[in-house]
Amino acid sequence: MAGHVSIRDVSRRFGAFTALDAVSLDIPAGELVALLGPSGSGKTTLLRIIAGLDFPDTGQVLINGEDNVARHPRERGVGFVFQHYALFRHMTVAGNVAFGLQVRPRGLRPSKAEIKARVAALLDLVQLGWLADRYPSELSGGQRQRVALARALAIEPRLLLLDEPFGALDTKVRKELGQWLRNLHHDQAITSLLVTHDQEEALELADRIVLMSQGRVEQIGTPAELYTKPASPFVLEFLGEANRIAGVVGEGGLVRVAGTGDAVAQSIDPGHALAAAGQAVTLYVRPHDLLLEARADGAAVVRSVKVAGAFAKIEVVLADQVLTALTPLHRLPSLHLQEGSRARLVVAQGMSFPTQGAGGSLQFAAPRSFAMA
Amino acid sequence: MAKRPAVGLRRQGGVANVIMIVVALVFMVLFLLLPLVTVFAQAFASGLSGYIASITDPNTLSAIWLTLIVAAVALVVNVVFGLAGSWALARFRFPGRLAILTVLDLPFSVSPVVAGLMLVLLYGRQGWLGPWLEAHNLKIIFALPGMIIATIFVTLPFVARELIPLMEEQGADEEEAAILLGASGWQMFWRITIPKLRWGLLYGVLLSNARAMGEFGAVSVVSGNILGLTDTMSLDVKALYDGYNIVGSFAVASLLASLALVTLVAKTVLERQFLTRSTKEEVSA
Ligand SMILES: Nc1ncnc2c1ncn2[C@@H]1O[C@H](COP(=O)(O)OP(=O)(O)OP(=O)(O)O)[C@@H](O)[C@H]1O
Ligand SMILES: [Mg+2]
Repeated sequence: MAGHVSIRDVSRRFGAFTALDAVSLDIPAGELVALLGPSGSGKTTLLRIIAGLDFPDTGQVLINGEDNVARHPRERGVGFVFQHYALFRHMTVAGNVAFGLQVRPRGLRPSKAEIKARVAALLDLVQLGWLADRYPSELSGGQRQRVALARALAIEPRLLLLDEPFGALDTKVRKELGQWLRNLHHDQAITSLLVTHDQEEALELADRIVLMSQGRVEQIGTPAELYTKPASPFVLEFLGEANRIAGVVGEGGLVRVAGTGDAVAQSIDPGHALAAAGQAVTLYVRPHDLLLEARADGAAVVRSVKVAGAFAKIEVVLADQVLTALTPLHRLPSLHLQEGSRARLVVAQGMSFPTQGAGGSLQFAAPRSFAMA
Repeated sequence: MAKRPAVGLRRQGGVANVIMIVVALVFMVLFLLLPLVTVFAQAFASGLSGYIASITDPNTLSAIWLTLIVAAVALVVNVVFGLAGSWALARFRFPGRLAILTVLDLPFSVSPVVAGLMLVLLYGRQGWLGPWLEAHNLKIIFALPGMIIATIFVTLPFVARELIPLMEEQGADEEEAAILLGASGWQMFWRITIPKLRWGLLYGVLLSNARAMGEFGAVSVVSGNILGLTDTMSLDVKALYDGYNIVGSFAVASLLASLALVTLVAKTVLERQFLTRSTKEEVSA
């Protein structure tokens, strides 16, 4: 049975250092939630507290409404996949997977034949049946990761905790395993918490993302919410690249670049206080939302044009700020941009975060007067 | 690179190399091989029957028996202390940890005779605990308990010194995984911790056992050399030799030498196991 996990105001200090600061989050039964955050933000610490390997100084961890803090980790019904696998090095693959069943108290332990059948089924699930008799040292990283997963699933956990399960693998393998995990999760509907510091992985796999920074939860939401409505510059910049453009708001919510006076964007909620003329703003713009148009009187100067896969990456200098724009490769020829050429720069979509008054971003679009060719 | 001697050395080194090799060989033969051969030659100087007679002498048999008892008790204590102590020292950080680690090396650095004297000063009749022990009719010095304590003292660090770095290197991930999979502390210990440490443990046990059986100085001071009562094999060798029983002395010595040889072979085998295992397992860790 899948568990509903509820974390309430959990704090953890190591000496004077606060690793977790009043963290609260809910994981509905059957969801796959990604715990995302930079190194040292407290992801592992939180995971260990949920598993019972570490203890919060204050706060509660509820699974299906029951407080688990006082419970022994052995009784929590948690499957844990360690970042560095932590496979039992002196046991075969099959031995590793069988362990959780073999150590059950006599009354609850399945018979030898049942254990064997379950192990075989689990190894089939992770597509490793043919490696049952190997030792962990004789497996590749991706295979070890799948053994670790099968071992954790063997005890039919209420909750699956995965600590950067694909951290040590190359991009291709991690993509494959990620997709495979997503499908597995879809079939088995185990509540899962996946730690990662790879934003792409989180955006692709998770039902919801919890973004952490310095021991605090920055934002919780669906991948789309976090990407399109970030609560802070930190969230925005953590989920993909972004340019910062320093500008001044003019009449009608028109944003002009500080220094050149070029109009690059327009506020789409002009009723907002920021629309008041003369106010300084920092616009956050994703590279693919930065549009360039070759023009002899343009204020931006192209510094470099590089081809990166399906996109061309164009660096421009605008009023001493270096900005990066991405454009589909097939559109590059029609832009007529080379190193040194001048261009007009327009923000198709951008955001700013007013400092006064917490929360919420202001949305910007291209100036009304602008029509792209 | 390392396997091949430098070109220059190989070319012009004909004479120099031969000289160095010869010197090394001469030293080996003179100081290692010859004494060993002598031990066995002397032991069998009056034939197999003389050898057997020497070994089956009641005093010698009692010395062998006593050595086995002392070594066995020391072994058990060493394993238990080695596991518990290294667990505490490797897994936890607490005030005084460094001090304990330093004191742990004391038996390596203190001369065994001094160690024996310390025990006499503590447990002997004139010692600190002497009156109390006497009042309770407990005899430690010049008796088996003293010899066991002395042996434990000189062999205590072997197992722990072997296990601490091993435990630190291996970490506690596997133990944590075992607990989360539902294992009890006991199951975790026997099914994960012990197998993980087995080569290091065996190696430490082997070394401490060789030391226990061969120990002379500390045991000699606390035993009082009472023939047939508090004589271990090492003490017996000297007692027999001092009494001009050359064959008897060397017969017992040959037993000790055999033990040393067996230990050496076992150690080499274990080291090889240990090395290949740990490099293999490192990859999987
Ligand atoms: N046992 C400990 N003693 C002292 N400090 C600790 C301990 N465990 C963690 N910390 C500190 O707490 C902070 C959070 O650590 P944590 O391992 O949770 O980070 P993380 O988000 O998992 O990072 P990463 O992505 O690098 O794994 C770090 O600054 C770390 O140094
Ligand atoms: Mg971590």
